[in-house]
Amino acid sequence: MSYSLREAWNRVRSFFRSEELDHEVQQEMASHLEMAVEENLRHGMSREEARRQALVRFGGVEQALEQHRESRALPWVDILRQDLRFTFRMLRRDSGFAAIAVLILALGIGANIAVFSVVNTILLRPLPFRDPQQLLRIVEKDPKAGESSKTYSADATEDFEQQNRSFQSVSGYFAFTGPDNFKLVGNGQPTPVTGILVAKGFFETLGVEASLGRLFRSEEFLKHAQPVALLSYPFWKRRLGGDPSIVGKTINLSSTSVDVIGVLPDTFDFGSVFSPGAKVDLFVPYIMDDFRDDGNDLALVGRLNRGVTLAQAQREADQLWPQLYFEHKHPEYGKGYTGQVTELKEYVTGKLRRSLIVLWCAVGLILLIVCVNLSNLLLARAAARSKEFAMRRALGARRGRLVRQLLTESLVLAAAGGVVGLGLAYLILSYLAHQGSIALPLLAMVRVDGTVLEWTLLIAVGTAVLFGAAPGLRMSAGNLQEVLKDSGPGVTEGRKHDRMRSTLVITEIALACVLLVGAGLLLRSFLRVLDVDLGFEPSQAAAISVDYDDGGNAAKRAAIWNEVTSRSLMIPGVESAGISDNLPMSRNRSWGIAAKGEQKLDANSFVPVFVYIVSPGYLKAMGMRLMGGRDLTWDDVSSNRSVVIINETVARKLWPGQDPIGRTAVAGGMDAEVIGVIADVRETGAEDAAGAQMYLPATKQFGPEGANLVVRSKLPPATLETSVMHTLRQINPGQPATEFKPIQGLVDHATSPRRFFVLLVGTFAGLGLLLASLGIYGVISYSVTRQTQEIGIRMALGATQSWVQFDVMWKTLRLALIGVAVGISASLVVARLIASLLFQTAPTDPLTLAGMVALLGMVALLAGYLPARRASKINPMIALRTN
Amino acid sequence: MGQSKLDLLQGTLDVMVLQTLEVLGPLHGYGVARRIEQVSGNQVLLNQGTIYASLVRLQQRGWITAKWGTSDNNRKAKFYSITKVGQKQLVKDAAYWQRLAGVMGRVLAMQGEGGKP
Repeated sequence: MSYSLREAWNRVRSFFRSEELDHEVQQEMASHLEMAVEENLRHGMSREEARRQALVRFGGVEQALEQHRESRALPWVDILRQDLRFTFRMLRRDSGFAAIAVLILALGIGANIAVFSVVNTILLRPLPFRDPQQLLRIVEKDPKAGESSKTYSADATEDFEQQNRSFQSVSGYFAFTGPDNFKLVGNGQPTPVTGILVAKGFFETLGVEASLGRLFRSEEFLKHAQPVALLSYPFWKRRLGGDPSIVGKTINLSSTSVDVIGVLPDTFDFGSVFSPGAKVDLFVPYIMDDFRDDGNDLALVGRLNRGVTLAQAQREADQLWPQLYFEHKHPEYGKGYTGQVTELKEYVTGKLRRSLIVLWCAVGLILLIVCVNLSNLLLARAAARSKEFAMRRALGARRGRLVRQLLTESLVLAAAGGVVGLGLAYLILSYLAHQGSIALPLLAMVRVDGTVLEWTLLIAVGTAVLFGAAPGLRMSAGNLQEVLKDSGPGVTEGRKHDRMRSTLVITEIALACVLLVGAGLLLRSFLRVLDVDLGFEPSQAAAISVDYDDGGNAAKRAAIWNEVTSRSLMIPGVESAGISDNLPMSRNRSWGIAAKGEQKLDANSFVPVFVYIVSPGYLKAMGMRLMGGRDLTWDDVSSNRSVVIINETVARKLWPGQDPIGRTAVAGGMDAEVIGVIADVRETGAEDAAGAQMYLPATKQFGPEGANLVVRSKLPPATLETSVMHTLRQINPGQPATEFKPIQGLVDHATSPRRFFVLLVGTFAGLGLLLASLGIYGVISYSVTRQTQEIGIRMALGATQSWVQFDVMWKTLRLALIGVAVGISASLVVARLIASLLFQTAPTDPLTLAGMVALLGMVALLAGYLPARRASKINPMIALRTN
Repeated sequence: MGQSKLDLLQGTLDVMVLQTLEVLGPLHGYGVARRIEQVSGNQVLLNQGTIYASLVRLQQRGWITAKWGTSDNNRKAKFYSITKVGQKQLVKDAAYWQRLAGVMGRVLAMQGEGGKP
């Protein structure tokens, strides 16, 4: 079929040479006619007759030219151009309608683009690593004790790396890095930075390459190697001004000279994959020999060998891990890990799938409502334009041509809505991408990309067809006579139109109802989450990371801690102050605790327990509740007394039904006397049950990991910040300018995914409600306008104002009731689908259902009230006279 | 004229044009139109202007070429001639129309078994 290809090509070429070709064929036709005239003259006709005959035989010159154009070029483009010109003229004339339509579309499409981008980034797009499907995360099978049981010891990691056959490489990172764990000393004040310790081959395993300089070499993972660091791209750009010659320079990191060996690429964002919401400034080698005694602290990632399946890797993990020792130096600590391999992508985002799909559906509903609303608007216009279309059909326009014209109008509207929506989505996304406070993985990588643009195109066209088709077909279908008759003066318009519009409004109300109920249930769950007894009082407390140098001396550290807390207490407005190495809902680590008794202890006697090394006063500063016994004292610390405070969960597990105070526990490998019991603290998040917890004094026996000073005060943290910082600087001039963070921030961070979803679904529901009320208003208002005369007559015959008003309101209410009835039935199905996202809220929660129905009803009545009032104000004399 | 003229079937004009050019050699639009009228014995309903749409279509498909020239009575005109590809196409099309005409003839000549209807 090579000729059709050639023809197509020639048609395109001709399209652009239109004028030239027109000119040529006109010349041809002119000479054609002259030849015909000559021939006729030869046959003896008069000049005039010869010309007339020639023209008759030729047919219409214009038609011939038009045919010529049609068969040589792209007639549909010409039609499109006509349609577009006409559409723009129409929309300009009716600019109010155009503006509202574009606005509604922009909201619907914009919301869809934004949500799609988030879904695309988190769920659909592969992780930004080389061959990401080969990357697995390895964790213990029953990660009861928080991060500690999702990690492995240095020895076990090395053994696994050497013995396995499934992985090309296995590496990991130190899982217990708190924010601001280093201080960068340059010119001026020391600044806090966050550095992650990564094991050998970490970047190679992920397939990340340095954008400047090089990655770590294996000798840099040996003890006493020259300290080196890799910088994250944003840190290099922001803090070091993107210095192109940074590689090879030395920086002062927590009093150590560290060589910068490279900068990682912009595309590598450690935080967004491994620790949502965290910003990471640099990476340093995790030197195995320094951590062999420290227990489990490596979070492992492996890259599968080509051709090895997940199941095979799992089988090997099940075989290998149980045989690996915790620590080579102490075989008596025993052996026996478990290993669960999960695709890294699944591990990072799997839990969010359902929430995101719900979000996606919600925003899809919004688009449906938008379509229904626009269909309605177009139908109203259709009524006004029906005469125009009847006239055009009477003049010979084909039906297809009219539908095409109407679809062009819809497409133009949708395109405009799409463009504005894209702008809107862009704003929303740039905002979201910079929200470090939302703990959603990969969110920082969200952006408008090619896929998003394709999606925009798809939904814009889909929307146009959806909302344009029904009115288009309807408008072009009608019986000519009927339409021309129908739109005559004094005749109430056919009921068919009315029924279709009412159906659309009912659909809209039902959809909005589903959205509202869904949002209501999620909102109620969120409120329940906020209501949870956390075990501490996050309000009116704030924390700051304290820097000090104790030279590894416990007594010196105790003195520093004492000085920091006691001087903090002297700051006006401070009610209590205390220090802990870890704060709830941030990082955690766990050890084991057992009850010391008659029997010999074995590995099974130990309960995994979150451990906090704290100062006296910390419990009070956090607002934790002591249920029995006492708090730590400075005397416990200074006399190196081995004491422990446990939470109720530990008490229940180790000494069920007995008073634990005064008993001896084995905690962190030491015998310790239980001196207090506190109420359970929600450790990992407001929605997760509290685990076992214990609080130990910072004595010789128990080493803390850094220190956070917690201060409780009625003053807002911002006003306290200066005086607290001043105090800390007096004690240690090297104290970096770390942030004074409200404890509430930790809770907010932990609840941020839920807040994010509630906020979005809630916004969509609000939008749906608004659109539905617009729809109701439109339909009722239109019917009142149309029935002005009828109402006038009824009022002239004695109908009272309130009766007219009631009549209109009743009509509204009927629509709303049917819509709500349909909507509630659909909602009950939907609610069951989202049941797993709810927190302490039944999918059939009557309060939510009733509340949402009441809200919808009220809005519907309000939307109906305005036209109803207008109807009741109709003056029968004027209404009748205009007839 | 007792009978009304024949409406041209879709695609037939193109074949007529090709055949005319094949037999008569290079010809301008007016010539083609006149020849078809004459050969058909003025039986086809042809607005002569229609010929130009057909000519440009055939040209764009590469079956004919066009060149400006001078007519017998010294008038500037575009002369069309058939190409190699066009000749091949004509053979195909002619065979098709002949088969169709044959089949139509046979079908219409069919007699009911019980004699005349």
